[in-house]
Amino acid sequence: MTLHSTGLLATLAPVHIPPLAYSAVLPPVIMIGMALFLLLLSAMFKRQPNTGVYTALTAAASLGAIAASLVLWHYISVRHGPYTAMEGAISVDGFSVLVMVLVSCALFLTALSSDGYLRREGVQGPEYHALMLLSTSGAMLMGAAGDLIVIFLGLEIMSIALYVLAGMDSKRRESGEAAIKYFILGAFSSAVFVYGIALTYGATGSLNLAQIANYLSKNVLISNGLLLVGLALLVVGFAFKIAAVPFHMWTPDVYEGSPTPVTGFMASVAKAGGFAALLRVLLTAGDVLRLDWQPMIWVLAILTLLGGAILALVQTNVKRMLAYSSINHAGFVLVGVEAATRQGVDAALYYLFTYTFVVIGSFAVVSVVGGKGDKAHNLEEYKGLSATQPLLAAMLALFLLAQAGIPFTTGFLAKFTVIAAAADSHSYALAIIAMLSAAIAAFFYLRVVFYMYSSSPETSTAGSMGVLRAQAALKVPATMAIALGLAAAFTLFFGIVPAPVIDFAHKATLLF
Amino acid sequence: MLHIAYLIPLLPLAGFLFLVAFGHRLGKPKAGWIATTAVALSFVTTAIVFAGLFLRQPSDRSFTQTLFTWMPVGPLHVNFTVLIDPLSITMAAFVTGVSTLIHMYSIWYMDHDEQFSKFFIYLNLFVFSMLVLVLSGNLLFTFLGWEGVGLCSYLLIAFWFDRDTAATAGKKAFVFNRIGDSGFLLAMFLIFSKVGTLSYHGIFARLHRFSPEEITAIVLLLFLGAVGKSAQIPLFTWLPDAMEGPTPVSALIHAATMVTAGVYLMARVNPLLHLSPDAGEVIAIIGVVTAFVAATIACTQNDIKKVLAYSTVSQLGYMFLAIGTGAYVAAIFLMIAHAFFKALLFLSAGSVIHAVEDDQDMKQMGGLRRFLPVTYITFIVAWLSIAGVPPFSGFWAKGDILVNAFSRYPGLWVIGVVTAALTAYYMARQFFLVFTGSSRWESAHPAGFEPHEGGWIMRFPLVVLAVLAGFGGFVNLPFHPQWNFLGRFLAPVFQGTIYHQSVGVGGEWGLALTDVVMAAVGIGIAWRIWYPQWSHPSLEPAFLQRSWMVDDLYDAVIGRPGAALASFAAVVVDNKIIDGAVVGVGKFSELTGLVLRKLQTGFVRNYALGITIGLVLLLAWMASRVG
Repeated sequence: MTLHSTGLLATLAPVHIPPLAYSAVLPPVIMIGMALFLLLLSAMFKRQPNTGVYTALTAAASLGAIAASLVLWHYISVRHGPYTAMEGAISVDGFSVLVMVLVSCALFLTALSSDGYLRREGVQGPEYHALMLLSTSGAMLMGAAGDLIVIFLGLEIMSIALYVLAGMDSKRRESGEAAIKYFILGAFSSAVFVYGIALTYGATGSLNLAQIANYLSKNVLISNGLLLVGLALLVVGFAFKIAAVPFHMWTPDVYEGSPTPVTGFMASVAKAGGFAALLRVLLTAGDVLRLDWQPMIWVLAILTLLGGAILALVQTNVKRMLAYSSINHAGFVLVGVEAATRQGVDAALYYLFTYTFVVIGSFAVVSVVGGKGDKAHNLEEYKGLSATQPLLAAMLALFLLAQAGIPFTTGFLAKFTVIAAAADSHSYALAIIAMLSAAIAAFFYLRVVFYMYSSSPETSTAGSMGVLRAQAALKVPATMAIALGLAAAFTLFFGIVPAPVIDFAHKATLLF
Repeated sequence: MLHIAYLIPLLPLAGFLFLVAFGHRLGKPKAGWIATTAVALSFVTTAIVFAGLFLRQPSDRSFTQTLFTWMPVGPLHVNFTVLIDPLSITMAAFVTGVSTLIHMYSIWYMDHDEQFSKFFIYLNLFVFSMLVLVLSGNLLFTFLGWEGVGLCSYLLIAFWFDRDTAATAGKKAFVFNRIGDSGFLLAMFLIFSKVGTLSYHGIFARLHRFSPEEITAIVLLLFLGAVGKSAQIPLFTWLPDAMEGPTPVSALIHAATMVTAGVYLMARVNPLLHLSPDAGEVIAIIGVVTAFVAATIACTQNDIKKVLAYSTVSQLGYMFLAIGTGAYVAAIFLMIAHAFFKALLFLSAGSVIHAVEDDQDMKQMGGLRRFLPVTYITFIVAWLSIAGVPPFSGFWAKGDILVNAFSRYPGLWVIGVVTAALTAYYMARQFFLVFTGSSRWESAHPAGFEPHEGGWIMRFPLVVLAVLAGFGGFVNLPFHPQWNFLGRFLAPVFQGTIYHQSVGVGGEWGLALTDVVMAAVGIGIAWRIWYPQWSHPSLEPAFLQRSWMVDDLYDAVIGRPGAALASFAAVVVDNKIIDGAVVGVGKFSELTGLVLRKLQTGFVRNYALGITIGLVLLLAWMASRVG
């Protein structure tokens, strides 16, 4: 289809609009459609529908997106093979399907686990769910993007929704502060990112990742400064989103200030989207520049691994500690990226996939323990949780042990595969530092477990009796119980029988 | 019909999971019945698969079923494969069969125990692990089952953990088994490094890649594992201590099934064993020496269960003699017969112990014949069977082993025959001390106390096992080539590797007669000594009573220096060096953290500065790459 313009614009070349292949972007379309539907729904009724209605519809949309993704998976793995749609703007391959499934799972679990939170804190209206749906669609586009503009679009759709979500809990001052901080710094990093896109375009004459790769493989640039600077700026933009040190400083404040379910969502979806796009840019477009970007990622990985672990060590606030721990996890995924091999991408995807369930589960428990007002996050508030809430404590213990990488949880193989990928690509120093940081990290995970399982009611003082009473009064809504049960079952089952998920990640890179 | 094979291990697993969830709520006796049903169904499944296999052509009686891929890591694909062939299905059949009977018996025996449901949870887990061990198509899962049964054994020995002796015995069994397991692990590493697979079919198809020395090393390392699990010299002293567990556990795990796993493993790897005659000789010698040593010790024990425990060690020694000789069918034959008569002996002993209210000292028993009529009969059947009196099963099985030993290693045969006489002697001694003579238990109990037996739940397993122990020998008779049904059924598994004895029918008759004479001599001597008089201190030297001082030796050579080393390691190495290093790293990290934390001011401008610094550094790097 060609649009013929008139007047002044007639002197320019006609704008060419590629044919729209909705089937290729069905999962994000479902998300966006449901977001619009939720907003319409609330406008249609005089009395606001119950929060449960929004939760149910959001969960249904994510299940629909998973189903649509699996249909796509079947199509490309059995019948067709990977392809690009809309003139290369969208890549439909195993990688993008895996990202879509991943963020849909994240949305599903978050929708279920935030239902009770929203009721408890009195957050009403469809906006919370609509924004989550939009944010998820953005992350999906980042995973499926075939060119830099689509990546940027996805990044902004995802991020802007997240800025608002961070400030959703208007009763807490910290929530608003988190939103402002995240927004200002996010805008800053987006600006850097867009500049990176511009320079890359200037250097190669294209925004399409495949065309850039093609151009670079066929031409030797006389002066590659423009391109390298552009690439560095792009990496900075991604490093901000995935919270790599030293671009991480917003993370503790924003994670701590945001409503806890949003924190879990942010930690999984924003990281997944960021890493997906980073992998695409570095490995598709930047493949020939490997020697230029690998050292950058190497340094970022080491700083992130150690910075996250060491700073988590001195936290006494569990939510903040988990924020640093998510930085540490980003370091592990970067180890897989740095390997720049298929095995490394495999490992990074497997890590992201299993991490999603663990991190959402962890923050879900934290949101319950936080109690009304979402403020009881100190380590002290977890003392004796095993006695008052045995099941909840066991769940959190499982998620923390998985994050620490204990065998028979998904976390073990996640850490094992990235470190193996690093060792196989001869990054021995990185592998050793990753193991060291895992050892440091084990300490602060186990400390929480220790707190939960220590101190019986008999030996406690008056102060801790108050804590125990508060714990005993905690209620776990049914939706939350389902979400926790699913996350725990996933973590445990695929920890014991890891083959299906490993296989999924493996095939996803095969169809890259 | 054969594709349901996966259900065989799955049913006990289902029982285990169900009982973990609901066992406590079900309470007694329902939890016990659930566990028994699970194992009984597994037995039925085994029987169906067995029949299906039997109907096939002999050459076609082996198939594998891949259930799932456990983990695909690089070139290593670990599949859980069920391997059904005559050997594994025979083993599975008697394991599930005997387990069902012992589960049932336990419902009666554990009736007064407070941890009733927990007992059955462990028992079902044990059966599951044992079946994984038996049915697995590769060494890794065999090892997993191997460790699983070890764990259950540990848990069940120390079931009454509030007794110090039980807790210690559990620990001892665990440590001794670990020593053996190290051999198993090393053997697996060695195999994998050579052929890159651990599946039995894969290994046997690539035997040419091993040098003869490697084969010998692998077989001996696996045998080290078997020595630990099957309580052979020098790792045999854990088994008598394991008698601290409840008696049904002794019957099931420490007599009928788990301890025979070592024998099964060696029979399973027969193609390897065949290529290393040296290793075979080592196995045969260790087997027959163990048989002899354990039999001498059994002659002097006073604890009713300890006698049976040493007897188990001794019988396992016979099985290894057969393995070492290459007479795998004879080994499996004795394994089956032993499972029947030893389980029967233990269950009968359990009935006796129950009757005299938990006293296990045979010197405090006597004259129980009148009070325990069923137990009395079943014990006689089991006793005559293990003593080698025809036509009971033990006679045929032991005879089969001795014929092969005579043909291949005449020297070892002599020890084997002497041991047979000792076996008849100590079992007769036990019988006379328990069932005949004066009622010595009366003094320890109030007047009017009368020992009694349990109801049908307890009697039924005894009677079934007595029938099996009595007539089980007919599955494999000598004298005519058409009568060895078991041998012909198992033949495909041991094709080309089994040893064919060359004594002829006349020789077989002669050897059988020797066995009968030996049994008669043993029983006759015991009758002369122990029937009229229950106390003969001169016949029970302390050296034998204390198992040839082996434990004292271990204590002096390994235990004490080990304890000294451990305390050195704990006080000096651990506290000062390792803890110092760990605490040092921790402190360093924490200090670094406290410093870095200062950077986290909470001001957006500082965060933006952080991003900018990072950006500048990355740009500087890229600038250095421009060229």
